[in-house]
Amino acid sequence: MKTNKLLLSALLSTLALSAATSVLAQSKEQFVPVLSYRTGPYAPNGTPWANGFVDYLKLVNVKGGINGVKISYEECETGYDTARSVECYERLKSKNPSFVQPLSTGATFAITEKAPVDKIPVVTVGYGRSESADGAVFKWNFPIAGTYWVAADTILQAIAKKEGGWDNLKGKKIGLVYHDSPFGKEPIPLMQERARNHGFELQLLPVTPPGVEQKATWLQVRQARPDYVVLWGWGVMNSTAIKEAQATGYPREKMYGVWWAGAEQDVKDVADGAKGYNAVTIQHGAEPNSDIVKAMLTQLHGKGQGTGPKEEVGQVLYLRGVMSAMIGIEGIRAAQERFGKGKVMTGEQVRWGLENLNLTQAKLDALGFKGVMRPISTSCMDHMGAAWSRIHTWNGKAWEFTSEWMQADEQILKPLVKATADKYAAEKKLTRRTGQDCQS
Amino acid sequence: MAFFLETLFGGLMAGMLYSLVALGFVLIYKASGVFNFAQGAMVLFAALAMARFAEWVPLFTGLSQPVLVNLIAFVLAGGVMFIVAWLIERLVLRRLVNQEGTTLLMATLGIAYFLEGLGQSIFGNDIYKIDIGMPKDPVMAFENVFQGGLLINQEDLIAALIAALLVALLSLFFQKTSTGRALRAVADDHQAAQSIGIPLNHIWVIVWCVAGVVALVAGMIWGSKLGVQFSLATIALRALPVVILGGLTSVPGAIIGGLIIGVGEKLSEVFLGPYVGGGIEIWFAYVLALLFLLVRPQGLFGEKIIDRV
Amino acid sequence: MFYRENGQFKTSYQADQQIFPIAQDRVFVLLLLLVAFVGVPFLASDYMFRAILIPFVIMALAALGVNILVGYCGQISLGSGAFMAVGAYGAYNFFARVPDMPLLPALIMGGLCATAFGILFGLPSLRVRGLYLAVATLAAQFFSDWMFLRVKWFTLDTPSGSVSVSNLQMFGFPLDSDVSKYLFCLSLLVVIALMAKNLVRGAIGREWMAIRDMDVAAAVIGIRPMYAKLSAFAVSSFIIGVAGGLWAFIYLGSWEPSAFSVDQSFRLLFMVIIGGLGSIMGGFLGAAFIVVLPIFLNQFLPMLAGLAGVEISTTVVSHAELMIFGALIVWFLIVEPHGLAKLWAMGKQKMRVWPFPY
Repeated sequence: MKTNKLLLSALLSTLALSAATSVLAQSKEQFVPVLSYRTGPYAPNGTPWANGFVDYLKLVNVKGGINGVKISYEECETGYDTARSVECYERLKSKNPSFVQPLSTGATFAITEKAPVDKIPVVTVGYGRSESADGAVFKWNFPIAGTYWVAADTILQAIAKKEGGWDNLKGKKIGLVYHDSPFGKEPIPLMQERARNHGFELQLLPVTPPGVEQKATWLQVRQARPDYVVLWGWGVMNSTAIKEAQATGYPREKMYGVWWAGAEQDVKDVADGAKGYNAVTIQHGAEPNSDIVKAMLTQLHGKGQGTGPKEEVGQVLYLRGVMSAMIGIEGIRAAQERFGKGKVMTGEQVRWGLENLNLTQAKLDALGFKGVMRPISTSCMDHMGAAWSRIHTWNGKAWEFTSEWMQADEQILKPLVKATADKYAAEKKLTRRTGQDCQS
Repeated sequence: MAFFLETLFGGLMAGMLYSLVALGFVLIYKASGVFNFAQGAMVLFAALAMARFAEWVPLFTGLSQPVLVNLIAFVLAGGVMFIVAWLIERLVLRRLVNQEGTTLLMATLGIAYFLEGLGQSIFGNDIYKIDIGMPKDPVMAFENVFQGGLLINQEDLIAALIAALLVALLSLFFQKTSTGRALRAVADDHQAAQSIGIPLNHIWVIVWCVAGVVALVAGMIWGSKLGVQFSLATIALRALPVVILGGLTSVPGAIIGGLIIGVGEKLSEVFLGPYVGGGIEIWFAYVLALLFLLVRPQGLFGEKIIDRV
Repeated sequence: MFYRENGQFKTSYQADQQIFPIAQDRVFVLLLLLVAFVGVPFLASDYMFRAILIPFVIMALAALGVNILVGYCGQISLGSGAFMAVGAYGAYNFFARVPDMPLLPALIMGGLCATAFGILFGLPSLRVRGLYLAVATLAAQFFSDWMFLRVKWFTLDTPSGSVSVSNLQMFGFPLDSDVSKYLFCLSLLVVIALMAKNLVRGAIGREWMAIRDMDVAAAVIGIRPMYAKLSAFAVSSFIIGVAGGLWAFIYLGSWEPSAFSVDQSFRLLFMVIIGGLGSIMGGFLGAAFIVVLPIFLNQFLPMLAGLAGVEISTTVVSHAELMIFGALIVWFLIVEPHGLAKLWAMGKQKMRVWPFPY
């Protein structure tokens, strides 16, 4: 009994001590927090993204940093849980982060409320709030290179192309099997708008997270026999959906996934059963032959400095992590152009950099993204910068591109973004930024 | 009509899969009075063990014939579950003899967290494959009766047969063997069983081992269906309504309950779901079980709770 | 020696029946309140507030509610997450739809919504008992998960289903600094804890405890099970609902239904059982344990590994957290099944007879 009490008091005292530990002082390095999930139900998809992200940061350091300023980073495990992501954010906030990339739509919503107060830009490459592309309302959010509405629009464009034009979609049925969460619900407004405009029927089929049991959903698909099914899932929901599609005999060629449902992890389990499954990609796909992948292999993995297994380098989600990190780093570099090369940038300065990002094709090629990415150019009003994507298809062994570069339709996108952003501004009592505010 | 039958069959088979997991709950509750919330974690742990052993056996022994590799992996995973069961009994259950139900429940929740962490640290947290040769494509039956035939999922059908076989074996075990009799005696009254010389600790280890093997079979089948990854542990939450509908102490109850819940879930989702926007499976199963409970508070086949004042 | 009641004579019933009859207890509690209200705001860092103190205070309130239902009335409930969700969304709807609704009434209305929900899903307790009831309450949990995802009216028709609140203020003082948020939650906690303590000391509390111990016998001596059980559900869900409102408004700021998932219910149940069933203080101790432990492990384990010269990844830390968490829970239950509150009570008893052993 005595030893137990002793143990208890020891535990409590160490608890008190560590809780009072203060944070390390700021050094002359640019700090990047890495909110990742390497455990939990979404780990198989979150791990390669995190590996790519961290690898790119290491590569930047190997190349001498950003004009001599090295990157320091710290990973924090969020488990895709919003409360834990918020706790990670709060903990790493004190180290003066350059930007934060939550990798979870739920966490993005929560951090969007806090970031303007803490003056930390939120970079959400390919996820987050679709309306945050409107920089006049969302000063601190940067959904660079694409949002969910871009993805949905591109998928619908690809389907329309397959049918031979938007007019041929009239009377057709398109099913949306989506993750029942803010992430999954994002494309619905845009898809409903398109359905109204072109006369096709949109059937909404929610799947309760984590999406382990989808028999009933796919039985409904079998009954309704939609012409196409759009899969909007994350994690195990994707592979389960494809397996159930196979089990109910729905042709995989008629399935189109969002860019978070189009990676090796989702199909390698099913292998041949997923042959013909299409997915939209946010500019990049699986690029094993690109320059950046070669650089990673020689400069990091070749020297044993790589994060994660070598086979992962060049896969879809790995490259997405690389791209996300690159965009953030280029934002810092752009900030340094204005506020002082070779100096450590604050969050506000990085925000300016992200808002004035001008990644020309020449710059991208020099960084190793030749043929992988297209130019991105952000501005005060437009925090997205580019809306290009492609469709790639699984051939049983690898992803290969099956479409040309497509751009989301501004005619549909812009009014929707503005309307939703206005609604947010009204709710939060914000005023739209004017030209003067854009100069800061 | 054809679609209704398809949904019905699909529901029946899904229900059998749930009852595989529910069996583990029932076994442990029947023999030791503990509601094992760690069953889901055990299913995950067993499935991870089998999946990884199936990967490692060819690497270490050079065997490559799938049937043999899977068999060895199964046996090894079974061994691992025996060790887990023995450790649980030794370290946890023995010290919590005679405690209240809630305490034991919480202890099993603690074990669940521990197993989840342990399983992932030993075996990894990627998606792993269990390939036991289940056919993945559907088969069409009754093509002459219904246009286009009825869709029957072969994998689910085989799984349902395996579940039925397992239940039959377990029922035989409980009724015909002396160990089974001893288990039933312990479930009835610990002290009385002890007084006639039944070794309580041995019995508990046996029960948890059997439950571990059941978890392994469930993990193997669900893992083959879905791939082995973390969310497999959440299957236990889907199997809970089966347990309470059938009764916490009844093995056939687990099957009947599974069938009812499976059918109820799928029919409700497919036919009622569209009117309310979909996604109602999970809570409908619980509400269905709840409605049955209101009529029979101890489940369909459970033991009546007798209170002495 | 220090904790004796020698010389403390009560001369009125009122003095005899007070919550803290021993003078040392009164002094201790007053000091504690002083430290909590005045000392902590000066001493704690921003991170301590945001990551440890505010969640602790809110979770302590929720654990208090769960303790009333599970500890005092003996109805095991796994639907606490749902009650928190109903409280949060109820408060949100009143806050957002009624123009110029002050914060506190919105939270209380949210609590009342949770009360209605709790009574509805507490009805099965009249027929079903024990573990069957525990699983039946999961129906409430999953139903609420679904309801807040599907019924757009609750989330003010936002396309994503995620809601947020901002510009909170209390009597004109804006609640934007951590200290103000902490003090607001703490005051609510103290007031509600006082009310709860008085409830469980009174007739209704005794009714609850009678139902918990042997409900058939309680019915025999004239306690109406329906009123007792449903009132336990009502009071408990009110408190949990208010806690849910605080969790959503103050801690998260912007939330979606998955913030109140079944994991939250299990966490609350852990807090109550580790802290001690059937004791108001147990809720506090359990909440402190469960809130602080993951954060402590998260920072302590890499430090420990650093001392040994090993760099460990977040994956390993995360898995170790899970394993240590599970092992600690089991260890606690083996060592003290009645929870931390019992340890505290034993400690006090030892203090009373110190320096004698018994």
